[in-house]
Amino acid sequence: MNILYDEHLDGAIAPHDKADVLADLSRAIPDLTLLHHEEDLRPFECDGLSVYQVLPMLVALPETLDQVETLLRRCHALGVPVVTRGAGTGLSGGALPLEQGVLLVMSRFKRILEVDPEARVARVQPGVRNLAISEAAAPHGLYYAPDPSSQIACSIGGNVAENAGGVHCLKYGLTVHNVLKIEVITIEGERMTLGAEAFDAPGFDLLALFTGSEGMLGVITEITVKLLPKPETAKVLMASFDDVEKAGRAVGEIIAAGIIPGGLEMMDKLAIRAAEDFVKAGYPVEAEAILLCELDGVEADVADDCETVRRVLETAGATDIQQARDEAERARFWAGRKNAFPAVGRMSPDYYCMDGTIPRRALPSVLKGIARLSEESGLRVANVFHAGDGNMHPLILFDANQPGELELAEEVGGKILELCVEAGGSITGEHGVGREKINQMCAQFQPDEITAFHAVKAAFDEHRLLNPGKNIPTLQRCAEFGAMHVHNNELPHPELPRF
Amino acid sequence: MSEQYTSPRDQDASAELGEQIRQADAAGSPLRIVGGDTRSFYGRTVEGTPLSLANHRGITHYDPVELIVSVRAGTPLEELEAALDAEGQMLGCEPPRFGETSTVGGMVATGLSGPRRPWSGAVRDFVLGTRVIDRAGRELRFGGEVMKNVAGYDLSRLMVGAQGTLGVVSEVSMKVLPKPAASASLHLDMPLEKALDRLTEWGRQPLPITAAAYLEGALHLRLEGGASSVAATRERLGGDELKDGFWQALRDLRLPFFAGDARPLWRLSLPNHTPPLSLAGDTLFDWAGAQRWLKSDADAEEIRAAASSYGGHATCLGASDARGCPQGVAEPFTPLAPVIAKYHRRLKAELDPNGIFNPGRLYGDC
Repeated sequence: MNILYDEHLDGAIAPHDKADVLADLSRAIPDLTLLHHEEDLRPFECDGLSVYQVLPMLVALPETLDQVETLLRRCHALGVPVVTRGAGTGLSGGALPLEQGVLLVMSRFKRILEVDPEARVARVQPGVRNLAISEAAAPHGLYYAPDPSSQIACSIGGNVAENAGGVHCLKYGLTVHNVLKIEVITIEGERMTLGAEAFDAPGFDLLALFTGSEGMLGVITEITVKLLPKPETAKVLMASFDDVEKAGRAVGEIIAAGIIPGGLEMMDKLAIRAAEDFVKAGYPVEAEAILLCELDGVEADVADDCETVRRVLETAGATDIQQARDEAERARFWAGRKNAFPAVGRMSPDYYCMDGTIPRRALPSVLKGIARLSEESGLRVANVFHAGDGNMHPLILFDANQPGELELAEEVGGKILELCVEAGGSITGEHGVGREKINQMCAQFQPDEITAFHAVKAAFDEHRLLNPGKNIPTLQRCAEFGAMHVHNNELPHPELPRF
Repeated sequence: MSEQYTSPRDQDASAELGEQIRQADAAGSPLRIVGGDTRSFYGRTVEGTPLSLANHRGITHYDPVELIVSVRAGTPLEELEAALDAEGQMLGCEPPRFGETSTVGGMVATGLSGPRRPWSGAVRDFVLGTRVIDRAGRELRFGGEVMKNVAGYDLSRLMVGAQGTLGVVSEVSMKVLPKPAASASLHLDMPLEKALDRLTEWGRQPLPITAAAYLEGALHLRLEGGASSVAATRERLGGDELKDGFWQALRDLRLPFFAGDARPLWRLSLPNHTPPLSLAGDTLFDWAGAQRWLKSDADAEEIRAAASSYGGHATCLGASDARGCPQGVAEPFTPLAPVIAKYHRRLKAELDPNGIFNPGRLYGDC
């Protein structure tokens, strides 16, 4: 099924003449940078999910909040959809443009407005890179905890929109746990402050609702994040296993021993070899799986925990356990993991990254299912996981130049996500639904739940102008997609037209 | 799930609850949602037919290795926490109990968290999924039993603190934590200003502090973590041992500070590093100063202006010996900015168009 916006399934978009919209916006905001020539639009045709490309009608690059506010007011008045984009590193097509829409690019808002070491907060604009926050906080012994693998490039505005994770989530939480306050402009051009520098704010928790809402409810214009004191020390253990299932079980046993590691990552053989070829991390290329376990905190406790984890790993059948001897080796162990995606990218012309989550106990059975799908399709799958929190990143290797391979990869990906849902998990742990997983949403949620999501959307954006077609599918799409839950052989909402 | 977490009193009453809700919605008849009825003082009075969740109880799924528990809303907190304790685990948000009938549903509805909150997280931070009965009586599921899940809007966290005004939370899945290996509590006599400065300084260091309160001229600290770090920090800080039960009494507002006083009790939520406010009355500092309990006869406007001048807000819990917001304080919760209030109304209208779910519990219109 075509992933691009389909008015029959995703809802009608009123047609607009590009020249009219351009003239209107230029008149309303004379100093706004608006791109409209095809060659200028081209760089914005996709985000990190580059297999899908759409040229936007216009690209707006505002530099002031007044420009953003007026742009939204005008688009609201004209009925023109707006897709907001940060650094464009998202992996689910959340910032995929619309032919009939304006792409609102927030990358020029890149100032760190304030780092307050006493209150342990940083106030930043949405275009600030994730890593830049920790760099700015470092002189005070503080850092910003969520660290998606793309942290050198991805922006904090996008992190909030996607509720980004990273390798330290199990202990330090996702973006939603580390953001205190956001400033937002609604599609109607109103400014709102959600959350507070205090630990809570009166009324509904709209901050939590907006976090991970994928640009569907408002445009984030400023973010106040929590900063944490840097752990006194961090140690990494790398354990090799001759069997993936043993590695999976070891993960549960570390947790059962009462330890919450700072990071707990797993890679399978294909991913290990790819990473080793790419960054020479010192990984054991003969192993079927490795676990990377980072323990951080106060020196004395970390030493105790390292001993405990070492014992657990031995009992769990690890064939080899290495502890990084120094900071350089620790960084190298992590470099292999953090570069796993590009490393796999070197092995194959294209790869497709999945993001399902599962209860940890289901790991062995889901892995078997993935191996079966790989065998059946003939496509290789490399497995990289945030094992501590059950977030899997199977990477499906394919060649888009071979006819039918992209479709095959998408099909395998869809089936992997269905395995995750069947195991009681989710179709996305941290990359977001975006456009990519819009159909799988129908497998995860019942129509009544999707209807509740639409109700929330309607409260903030009645005319569906913010990022239409992303995150929440229409019931029509679910009916067409066929994965919709059919209960007692009765189609829900029989009154809906089927296209 | 293993049988050890079940109890003979477990019961799934979701079908009956759904039917009551459906009928109330059809009739446009407001419901007052009740669990153990220990938190009614926290918010505005609701006029409506009681909808009791007390019979919808029991742990439905608990797998300690997954660090996740799912539990029906009517389950007493005491029962849930006893089951976690038996496995060496706990709720990281340290929710207060205001009586032995305090339920899981009440914890989620009010979103109130205990002394550990600044270091560990609030109720909303540990909620992974919910089942919510909507106005048509259907039980919807949001989130789930996995640590990470960004599919769809986060309606589970939206429900936390919404006090039932957007739907009835019938079940919740939460992340749980292992109990710390070691714990020590102490108090150090020092003036308030010095204590607040110390806390700011320590906040920037990786110390194993998990609770910090100031009252009666002394800084009260709880240290938790590995045996080595707790012992070393205890040694370094000195001070005197704190008697058992102090943190539970603070959590549940049972310390002598909270008793026998006719002045209204206020909860002030403030950013880290906020100096003492010049308000009449007595203050107990929790959360390293970020949550303050104030017994004061000062005007609501004055208290709220002082809190908001530092980026915080103030909630009136009523007179401490007769809870329920009193004498001339019309709104327990800080009024919202007009644009925020507008979106509260819109959300309420979308999810509860007939106004049956705890109407007026938070504000006049939601």
